[in-house]
Amino acid sequence: MASNEEILAGLAEIVNEETGLATEAVELDKSFTEDLDIDSISMMTIVVNAEEKFGVRIPDEEVKNLKTVGDAVNFISNAQA
Amino acid sequence: MARKVVITGLGATTPIGGDVPTMWKNALKGVSGAHTLEDEWVSKYDLPVHFAARCSTPALDVLTRVEAKRMDPSTQFGVIAAREAWADSGITDIDHDRLAVAFATGIGGVWTLLDAWDTLKEKGPRRVLPMTVPMLMPNGVAAAVSLDLGARAGAHTPVSACASGTEALHLGLDLIRSGKADVVMCGGAEAAIHPMPLAAFSSMQALSRRNDDPEHASRPYDRDRDGFVMGEGAGALVLEAEEHAIARGARIYAELAGTSVTADAYHITAPDPEGLGATRALKAAMFDGRIQAEDVVHVNAHATSTPVGDKPEYTALRAALGTHVDNVAVSATKSQMGHLLGASGAVEAVLTVLAVYERRAPLTINLENQDPEIPLDVVTSARTLPAGDIVALSNSFGFGGHNAVIAIRSL
Repeated sequence: MASNEEILAGLAEIVNEETGLATEAVELDKSFTEDLDIDSISMMTIVVNAEEKFGVRIPDEEVKNLKTVGDAVNFISNAQA
Repeated sequence: MARKVVITGLGATTPIGGDVPTMWKNALKGVSGAHTLEDEWVSKYDLPVHFAARCSTPALDVLTRVEAKRMDPSTQFGVIAAREAWADSGITDIDHDRLAVAFATGIGGVWTLLDAWDTLKEKGPRRVLPMTVPMLMPNGVAAAVSLDLGARAGAHTPVSACASGTEALHLGLDLIRSGKADVVMCGGAEAAIHPMPLAAFSSMQALSRRNDDPEHASRPYDRDRDGFVMGEGAGALVLEAEEHAIARGARIYAELAGTSVTADAYHITAPDPEGLGATRALKAAMFDGRIQAEDVVHVNAHATSTPVGDKPEYTALRAALGTHVDNVAVSATKSQMGHLLGASGAVEAVLTVLAVYERRAPLTINLENQDPEIPLDVVTSARTLPAGDIVALSNSFGFGGHNAVIAIRSL
């Protein structure tokens, strides 16, 4: 099980790989669409990569609720619990 | 009087150079871009052909990792060539509603398609990337170039196998003459050096099997030619209405004087042995450009190095140009870079424009014993083209009986 800090760091790497954004830009309060300018196609790629990395399942209908990086970290953390 | 259309920008990434200056220098020197493939899949699948002509500059040396992730390799090559052509044109200020794209491919996103299929089988549907469809669609390259340039007067993708790149120029000329656009980014892109297309082209006996000597495998017009060599890459040309180019003080390479497209309606893959469709295409392009046989000094031939393909083109050239064909300097540049399929016409158009602009014909390599049934004046050593008003033709023919010809006139 990963800590929230480890999940954030792992997500930041996935976002960097997909979009080129610096990992430091991926902060808990940042909105994927508003702040990080991530479109729905990139978001799905990030979700699938996060599933593989953290060994969780993020249902498609859940993805729209993951507005901020913090939402995603919490979801993954709870799913791992 | 139709609008005159000129060429003001050139771009290319090919097996003999990752940009136009490098490609042109090598084309005049005579080099081979064909090499043994080191990929594990060659032996894994026991492919009958072990070599191909890869782009000399990998796309990832030019594009950022994130840019490349969203593009099939064919689109990567197309965007690289289009960016070079655009920069070369010097256009900085343009009405984007009057800028169109005509960017061709023969096969499209074959790497993306087959990678996604492998992923589906091995890892399941969840792992199939959401970008798969826009990356594999044949119009992906035209769409990416349109996005990159902000071209809003339509983005078109002519698909006619190995005639595709030349057909893009045919379409581009039409778009400007008919007033639908003032500037068109034309080109062709291909990236099909993948085990499946190599196996498929091998099955139809189209590829050279000269595995022990790849550099000498592509040998158009040679008695011992045994098939083409698979190449990859892209070519791009900026077409512009002459008045538009003059108004901005552009450097103009040449005029795209005439184009044509015909169909053999003879056989799905074999060329008409009498070259009738090709003859009609040559005559139609010359008529379109108000060109007499005597005006033509140079031909960049389709000449793929297949036993059955090279001769009908000669027959067609003789039928269209008459005895003047004996005075024409013919270059078979696939001898150097292999066959870029849907990109070949665009890359060869770039070479033909440069030949007219610089009055030098690119070389044909590997011609050791010229096929006596093809008595053309083949350019095998440095050759200067005449001064004065000159015209050069470039031919492309594709499976499906597609014939496309362009005529480039000096200015």
